[in-house]
Amino acid sequence: MTAASRLADRLARPRILASAILLLVLALACFGAPIVAWILGQDASAVDLYARLQGPSLSHPLGTDELGRDQLLRLLQGGQISLLVGLCAAFGAAILGTGIGLLAGYRGGPLDAFLMRLTDGVIALPLLPLLIVLAALDLRKFGVPPALADGDATSLYRIVLIIALLGWTTVARLVRGAALSLKSREFVRAAVALGASERRVMLVHILPNLLSPIIVATTLSVGNVILLESVLSFLGLGIQPPLPSWGNMLSRAEDAINLAPQLALWPGLLIFLTVIACNFLGDGLQDALDPRGAD
Amino acid sequence: MTRFLLSRLFQVVLVLAIMSFVIYGLIGLMPGDPIDLMLTSDPHLTAADVARLRTLKGLDQPLVGRYLAWGAAALQGDFGYSRLYVQPAVSALLPRLANTGLLMGMSFLLAFGIALAAGIAAAKRPGSRLDSLISLLSFSGISVPPFWLGLMLILVFAVTLGWLPAGGIVEVGKGGFLDRLRHLALPVATLTIVEAASQVRFVRAAMIEALRQDYIRTARAKGADEGRVLWGHALRNAMIPIVTVMALSFGGLFSGALVTETIFAYPGMGKLIYDAILGNDFNLALAGLLFATLVTLLANLAADIAYAVIDPRISYA
Repeated sequence: MTAASRLADRLARPRILASAILLLVLALACFGAPIVAWILGQDASAVDLYARLQGPSLSHPLGTDELGRDQLLRLLQGGQISLLVGLCAAFGAAILGTGIGLLAGYRGGPLDAFLMRLTDGVIALPLLPLLIVLAALDLRKFGVPPALADGDATSLYRIVLIIALLGWTTVARLVRGAALSLKSREFVRAAVALGASERRVMLVHILPNLLSPIIVATTLSVGNVILLESVLSFLGLGIQPPLPSWGNMLSRAEDAINLAPQLALWPGLLIFLTVIACNFLGDGLQDALDPRGAD
Repeated sequence: MTRFLLSRLFQVVLVLAIMSFVIYGLIGLMPGDPIDLMLTSDPHLTAADVARLRTLKGLDQPLVGRYLAWGAAALQGDFGYSRLYVQPAVSALLPRLANTGLLMGMSFLLAFGIALAAGIAAAKRPGSRLDSLISLLSFSGISVPPFWLGLMLILVFAVTLGWLPAGGIVEVGKGGFLDRLRHLALPVATLTIVEAASQVRFVRAAMIEALRQDYIRTARAKGADEGRVLWGHALRNAMIPIVTVMALSFGGLFSGALVTETIFAYPGMGKLIYDAILGNDFNLALAGLLFATLVTLLANLAADIAYAVIDPRISYA
């Protein structure tokens, strides 16, 4: 058997397949929103105040929101944002964590001590209150031009950035531990003896051996990031309207919960399905990729 | 042990000092400042007045100087005046602290009990149907957005069935123990579900690891009955990693409390911090955030001490 087919064999587990398919379907549906809009003959941002808070109908399969916009299309568009934020922030956090973990583990000494104290410090912080402060900062006081600071998409970049800045600790610890044990292995010492530069040893010899734990940790953190984003957006500090996200849709659904409880159901259900699929996928990958075959 | 404790306490103070500076700086970067707020309430202020007020309040001083002045006052217990609650920040904070303590304490104990029972049941027969069910439930619990869970509970138990109140802590004119409990039911349920779901996985993993050890086989071979093996031998050893995770989960519990309190309009620390940040109440936000940090750091310290108490092999001498 080749390495690739062995890998495919290990990944062919019901839990991994089912969650991967669910995520794929969700992503396809969300990014296929324009096609759905074309089929329904609706526009996601078209406001119709005469058709507010309607129940399901043929032209609006999931009804309408508090401004008469089509709920299904808003959900799909909100999904684009939530998925994008989840992937980008988790990816950013993984890169940051890998960099810090590699440096700490490979260099060792005072740098390692400093970086690990820093990691412990960040882990010990109350995450959500701090995220709220960071999300409430005034970008203009940083010298960001007002046009950019007040732009529609700015809330998107900001949330990706702050979640990545606080979310790197898991990967950093994981990578440090693995780098520490790889450092004294023979193939690394051989590379050093052959005169490979420090950067080359880290990136070419150590990093590829760390890929599977990094992938597992990142998959698991995508789900967490989507949860965090939804909480922040729900509190009014994440993605700002008119940009829809599953979190801020719920925030407005809460105001109309007596009139249209169905509006509060769907965004939460989609967050739940996405996050649980990410968690199952990450957990499944962990079992499949871990050579020790943990339980 | 004393030396270890002293050095850890020193670390807590150090992290707290660094955090107070970072948070102080961050809060200065939030929109508006105290003078802007005065300006919105009194449009007659001229530019000269604004400049004079800035000098008077020391807002024209460099950040480090202002921070040191604030820190010196804070060390004497003066955290300034809360704008929203029109009283000293500490007096606004303390009653909320008791409410949050009640919410978090009840949820934590309930969650711990559930996690222990479910985690041990799952670890007894890994791969069994019960284990799969518990694992599915715990995955659901960690994947559900806590505020949505709260909303759904309100929808079912408050809006549709009308059994329980949707928010607040007491009914006007009622009060009393039972009324308090009725108002706590939904927030505690929300927080307990989320917290128990994440704890179960750690309890299960720690128990499976402990049940794999040689001393378990020895105990069974000597004819100890299964209950004694489980509770006496395995659990006592599994408690070491479990206690750490519990203490470290404190920060997460606080985040959960913030969301839960906001949903259920429960007057606790989390909602206070949230309101203070959104309402430009700088002194209160600062005091609240620092307090949350201190409590989290102390919980981590408690984990280290509990280590030594539970596990006689660990000594910090």
